[in-house]
Amino acid sequence: MAEMVTLTIDGRELSVPKGTTILEAAKQIGTEVPHYCYHPGMSSPAMCRLCLVEVEGAPKPMPSCITTATDGQVVRTQSEEALGHRRAVLEFYLVNHPLDCPICDMSGECHLQDYTHEEGPKHGRSREPKRVFGRDDFGGDVLFYGDRCVMCTRCVRFMNEVEQDSRLTVVERGSRSVIDTFFDEGLEGTYWHGNIVDVCPVGALVSKDFLHKARAWDLDHTPSICPGCSQGCNIELHTRDNLVQRLKPRENLDVNGWWMCDYGRMDYEWMNAGGRIEAPLVRRGDTAQAAGWKDALGTLLDRVRGLGSPTVKAVASPHASNEDLGALKAFLDALGGAEVVYRGRRAEDEVVLKGFPSLARRRDLTPNATGAELHGARRVGSDEATGGLDDVATHDGVVVVLGDPLDDQPEDFAKDASLFVYLGQHAPPAANGADFVLPVTTFAEQEGTFTNHEGRVQRFWAGMVAPGMARPPWLVLGALAAELGDTAAAVRTAAEAFQSFGSRIPAFEGLGYDDLGTRGAIVNETVAITGEGA
Amino acid sequence: MAYPYVSDREVRIISTGFGDPEQRRIDTYVDRGGYGALKKALGLEPGEVVDIVKESGLRGRGGAGFPTGVKWSFMPKEKNKPHYLICNADESEPGTFKDRELIRWDPHQLIEGCLIGAHAMGAEHVYIYCRGEFFEATQVLAKAVEDAYAKGYAGEDILGSGKTIDVTVHAGAGAYICGEETGLMNSLEGRRGQPRVKPPFPAQVGVFGMPSTINNVETLCAVPHIVTNGPDWYKEHGTEKAPGTKLFCVSGHVNKPGNYELPLGFPLAELIDDVCGGVRDGNALKAVIPGGSSVPILNAEEARACALDYDGCVEVGTMLGCASVIVMDETTDMVKQARRMVDFYAHESCGQCTPCREGSAWTAKMMRRIEEGRGTEEDLDTLMSATQEMVGTTICVLSDSVAAPVQSSIRKFRDEYLALIRRGERVGAA
Repeated sequence: MAEMVTLTIDGRELSVPKGTTILEAAKQIGTEVPHYCYHPGMSSPAMCRLCLVEVEGAPKPMPSCITTATDGQVVRTQSEEALGHRRAVLEFYLVNHPLDCPICDMSGECHLQDYTHEEGPKHGRSREPKRVFGRDDFGGDVLFYGDRCVMCTRCVRFMNEVEQDSRLTVVERGSRSVIDTFFDEGLEGTYWHGNIVDVCPVGALVSKDFLHKARAWDLDHTPSICPGCSQGCNIELHTRDNLVQRLKPRENLDVNGWWMCDYGRMDYEWMNAGGRIEAPLVRRGDTAQAAGWKDALGTLLDRVRGLGSPTVKAVASPHASNEDLGALKAFLDALGGAEVVYRGRRAEDEVVLKGFPSLARRRDLTPNATGAELHGARRVGSDEATGGLDDVATHDGVVVVLGDPLDDQPEDFAKDASLFVYLGQHAPPAANGADFVLPVTTFAEQEGTFTNHEGRVQRFWAGMVAPGMARPPWLVLGALAAELGDTAAAVRTAAEAFQSFGSRIPAFEGLGYDDLGTRGAIVNETVAITGEGA
Repeated sequence: MAYPYVSDREVRIISTGFGDPEQRRIDTYVDRGGYGALKKALGLEPGEVVDIVKESGLRGRGGAGFPTGVKWSFMPKEKNKPHYLICNADESEPGTFKDRELIRWDPHQLIEGCLIGAHAMGAEHVYIYCRGEFFEATQVLAKAVEDAYAKGYAGEDILGSGKTIDVTVHAGAGAYICGEETGLMNSLEGRRGQPRVKPPFPAQVGVFGMPSTINNVETLCAVPHIVTNGPDWYKEHGTEKAPGTKLFCVSGHVNKPGNYELPLGFPLAELIDDVCGGVRDGNALKAVIPGGSSVPILNAEEARACALDYDGCVEVGTMLGCASVIVMDETTDMVKQARRMVDFYAHESCGQCTPCREGSAWTAKMMRRIEEGRGTEEDLDTLMSATQEMVGTTICVLSDSVAAPVQSSIRKFRDEYLALIRRGERVGAA
């Protein structure tokens, strides 16, 4: 138990662990002291001078980002003195800021805008010509608008302290200070530089990918998990018009801190891809015909019941949620059990974020391989997620494929199967011979959980509306299992799916859906991914 | 001797070598008793040396006037990591030219002071950080350090004492802010010359993260004399609260500008009229900046009442600073003068803290507009309130150095500003 100190902030007494800064302590009573240079994930240079507060007995206003709370301290963050300092500092910022909010990408989520509207002067008094730096291409995904910069140096410190690849620096001094890159390549070739756009409190650093794509106030934010690798970075999907416009990291100190890698950040366009299957397709004779769900599932069940006790082989996907995999297992068990394999891409190396070493772009480029393993699936195929399906392709019993795009498989995949069911977002040529092609949602269109590389189960939420009749796999497979006698598989929500199917896997025992919270929870037993660590 | 100008009112202790090209030669220095104080100090316990300096009442000559012995005693007594002494020779305050003279005329006096200080604080390394523009002084000093090593006064086993103290001369790259002690440390380490947040103070975490003490050139130059002659002798000069002598760098509209070593407490009026031969061309005195450009300006009346020591300056609303006396006569355009000062600070702001980075440049632009005859009366109010927000709100005090000259100038010479704003009238043709 950490030693506690008791102080008073704005008339409210509170206790915080010794060593806590006033700024962090104030957050605990719901007060955010305005600040630019301070970021909890980096060192505090105390240079923006915006977070100055009044501390009783101190001769000068104190920077709350580095002043630690002490016993009996009396702090005022909203006194006339403190507000006066903030008003003055905000006016200083406006001396050279271009106020080009109408064409600035940051408008609507800009801290200079927010603070100035909340506490700043109505009008800056400066009538002098403004300093002009213009725009600079920093390489990678980053554009620099020097005139908007508030010189908080968060970007420089991120590259120095967190990514530990010093590509940025402050050149010149005084009001001529400007952020710059050392060499022409700038940020090109670094793996985490997208984060400097996030930490920039104003519109000085903007993403080329997002440039002029959407206004901040038009975006819906949905908490989610990055599907780019097995790290399970907590993210937000920012959507407009049912399209993901960008991904942003979401704070989770147990997983990704405040960060995410550029690979994951830029890997979102597939979520917006068109050409989706919008209705269940049922093969009748030589043609696949669109059908309603009731018709399709009814026909499927009739077929299954006519097969007697078939041997079943299944392909799962490490991109499917725990609920989907659980429902798949329930369905396969209802058929009498099956051998389940999965394929997933793997990178050659991990890319570790040096300043936050528990975070890396993992070798495993799928979000739920651990979940697949815990549900009894076995990894097959290459690091490019190809091959490994010969057994399945030639199987003469039942073949069920969930989510695997089968890109590398021939059109006559599973041609000998007595029943071939394909569940996916797109219908690949290899599914041409399927008896049933069932449209299912992506992770972005459904609620659920992934289990990351360390066995942490984390929730994600639906940020997009699924096209046409696409439904979550757990709903489809759960309904099928229920009709085949597994009554507990009749689940109506992701939460029910998690409880119903999770309770069947020892590793998930005792984990409640509501207990996962915002930080996730670790499963009871660890599991080695097939083919790794050997 | 005729070093630019001399006066019989002077009490020359540290400036005896000024104008004498022989003094910088190590043999001459030793013949004249040099390095005797070092020998004496090495025979004493470090704590005893600190006590002598404490007892002498010597105060920092760089501007702040903090008691030197007390500062030395802040260094940790236990020696579980390296200790450093830094000599601040980054003399950059407009109007100041004493340290340069001390170095180029009498480098061994400084080296001896550094070595004594290092011994007193258990420092094994002395860094002398010279202003980047001090080409000649840096060369003279580097040569003197070489000579001191050759003769066994520096380096290993100094004078057979078993003590090792190294001396490194480091040239800055020409930034005013590197004269701020923590900015200097950053610069010395190869980082951007930006002041650090205090605490931690240098005596705990200084250069290279080790306990460090930083002293001005003039302070360290006084140390050998105090060690040789004793604290009581030193206290014979100056005032009770400010013992000893001080170099006054007088520039501007006087007949005999130059460096004068005078006891602290010397009347400013006598410095101008007697020591410096009066204001040029018989003109009337208009204003004096007594302590370098960052201290509040005095009008003629205040200047006449000012005694040149730490308290005497505070009494008339200014500071002794580094005792760089800039004298201005009736022909001076006070608006232009203030603008010129602000331009300097705006140029030299390191750019870390917002009030300083933005405020100094904004103030400079406003002052320029007023000087060009495009000002308004509201500008004066804006200047007063904007600069007020630059006082005490930043990591170091450079920002305060913008506020002091602007505010004191507007307060004391408001008529001149108004004459320019309302009627376009300017003082002087300068």
